[in-house]
Amino acid sequence: MKKRVFTNVIMALLVVGLFLTVSCAQKTVTSEPDTKTDQKTSDQAKAKVNPLKPVATGDADVDFINLDIYFDFDSAELTVDAQAVLQGKAGYLKADKNIKVIVEGHCDERGTTEYNLALGERRAKSAKGFLVDLGISESRLSYISYGEEQPAVAEHNADAWERNRRGHFDIK
Amino acid sequence: MIYKKLIKAFSFFVITLFVVVHGNSIVYCQDVTILNINNASIRKIPLAVPEFKQFLKGANIEQDAKEAQKFLMDAFNFTGYLKIIDERAYLAKPSETGIAKNDIDFLDWTGIGAELLITGGISVDNNKVKLWLRLFDTFDMRLLVGKIYTGESDDLREIIHRFCGEVSKKLTGKRGVFGSKIAFVSRVNGKKEIFKCEFDGFKPEQITFHKSISLSPAWSSDSKWIAYTSYAKGKPDIYIKNLKEKRGAIINKEGMNIAPAWVPGQFALVASLSFSGDPEIYLLTGTGKIIKRLTDSWGIDISPKFSPDGKNLVFVSRRRGSPQIFIKNLETNQIRRLTFEGGYNTSPAWSPNGDRIAYVGIRDGRIDIYTIGIGGESPVQLTSAAGDNEDPSWSPDGSLIVFSSTRQRGMAKLFVMTAAGEEQRKLLKLNGEQTDPDWSMVND
Repeated sequence: MKKRVFTNVIMALLVVGLFLTVSCAQKTVTSEPDTKTDQKTSDQAKAKVNPLKPVATGDADVDFINLDIYFDFDSAELTVDAQAVLQGKAGYLKADKNIKVIVEGHCDERGTTEYNLALGERRAKSAKGFLVDLGISESRLSYISYGEEQPAVAEHNADAWERNRRGHFDIK
Repeated sequence: MIYKKLIKAFSFFVITLFVVVHGNSIVYCQDVTILNINNASIRKIPLAVPEFKQFLKGANIEQDAKEAQKFLMDAFNFTGYLKIIDERAYLAKPSETGIAKNDIDFLDWTGIGAELLITGGISVDNNKVKLWLRLFDTFDMRLLVGKIYTGESDDLREIIHRFCGEVSKKLTGKRGVFGSKIAFVSRVNGKKEIFKCEFDGFKPEQITFHKSISLSPAWSSDSKWIAYTSYAKGKPDIYIKNLKEKRGAIINKEGMNIAPAWVPGQFALVASLSFSGDPEIYLLTGTGKIIKRLTDSWGIDISPKFSPDGKNLVFVSRRRGSPQIFIKNLETNQIRRLTFEGGYNTSPAWSPNGDRIAYVGIRDGRIDIYTIGIGGESPVQLTSAAGDNEDPSWSPDGSLIVFSSTRQRGMAKLFVMTAAGEEQRKLLKLNGEQTDPDWSMVND
């Protein structure tokens, strides 16, 4: 029974998620879902978005690798945005059952090296767990933590930190 | 100096009492410690180190004499508890008038405020160097340490540091930092490798060549082994490496194998292994076999370090929702929380004297080094307003702390400060970023 409720919640999230997946990286840019809107017109709104984060291209293969999920500082909890991205990845993985994936957990440079290794592992595991809950076989998913060792952006500022606190997905 | 004499008299009384009470002839400590380096507000003792007297002339004697004097000055400047008086103020020239006690007019030295004097003599013969070194208490007009050393010219620095160890032992009761080494992580061509250097940053030397990410070096108590974490085989495993012989072991269980630290005086270590699902701390043999699991909680348990007596373990745990420092008594198995201020306290290091823990705390987005008493008393912030400061490690005598800081152009470099946070200075000049310093506990 409990599982049923959970599945329903997941389904609900899936619907919201699918919508968000399309526009998640730009959702604060514009209220229009049309991603082709001239970017110059939304300079002011753009300032709210981390310019270092990649955006969805619509190409499923490219997006699967390029779209990371992001975490709050010292947190391994999946945000609504992160869950939406994971929904998209689950869909992709369901479409091709041969694909095996390695989930990487990463942290920003702040805090202790060793603690960040552990935090990165928790991030990778929570992303992996979410995919398993969505029906992806555990045997297709492995994980590794890189702690703060492999930043996506080698800068030392809030935008870079935000971009570096991430879960990354690679096809094996 | 009257004060000093009083202390000496009192100490003598105590020692005598000790001997009398115990009714045997084993004297606990006959040498009187002149200086307590653990005192936070230490007054630096002024020391004079005049030019060396050159005996038997050899080819490079002038240069060697100058170098020996400079090694002495640099070594004592590094300690943080001695102050070298400027050579230009010296009234006498023992290099001409003699370096033995009878040759010295101590008024020349007390007159310029020098409380201690080191005289040196040197002879060089076919690259063999001989050194006569003496430490005097100028007010007591007393020889405190007198040593003669012989060796190769190339070993001049090492010989001087051996003498410095003797001086340190006389003054503080401990051999100090001399002869100890610091292991650290340095970036080489975008990869991270383990390096070591001498206590003062001299002679940095790469000791791993994995061309991968290598982290968290830890010296064994006897300094013969280094344990570290490396991604050399694709995921974080622990490597246990003998520095002299080609021997070692790898701990490569499923999941992460990280954060090694040695058990004091034993060929055994603790580390965080996550094969059970989340990082827990285990006691392991020096060859990597699990002896015992030491923590059991759903959260992250990481960065274990032993108390110097091996009876307690300090570590970081997220069991209360944020990373905080905890201490486990290994005899009673009781665990207590040490840090309560702030939502992020990590990277603990137990002082060699056993009384304090250095750690990293984040407050208002600033990452700094703190120390706290092992009972949770008197927390002190040692760094502030100078970049991010991480990875504290104590010198073997507990007088200094080495750490990494991004205070210069945002790039992580190694720095040293006194245990009270004074005299913060860069340890070494080396290309790339340096982090994760670990100070060896042996002086050899």
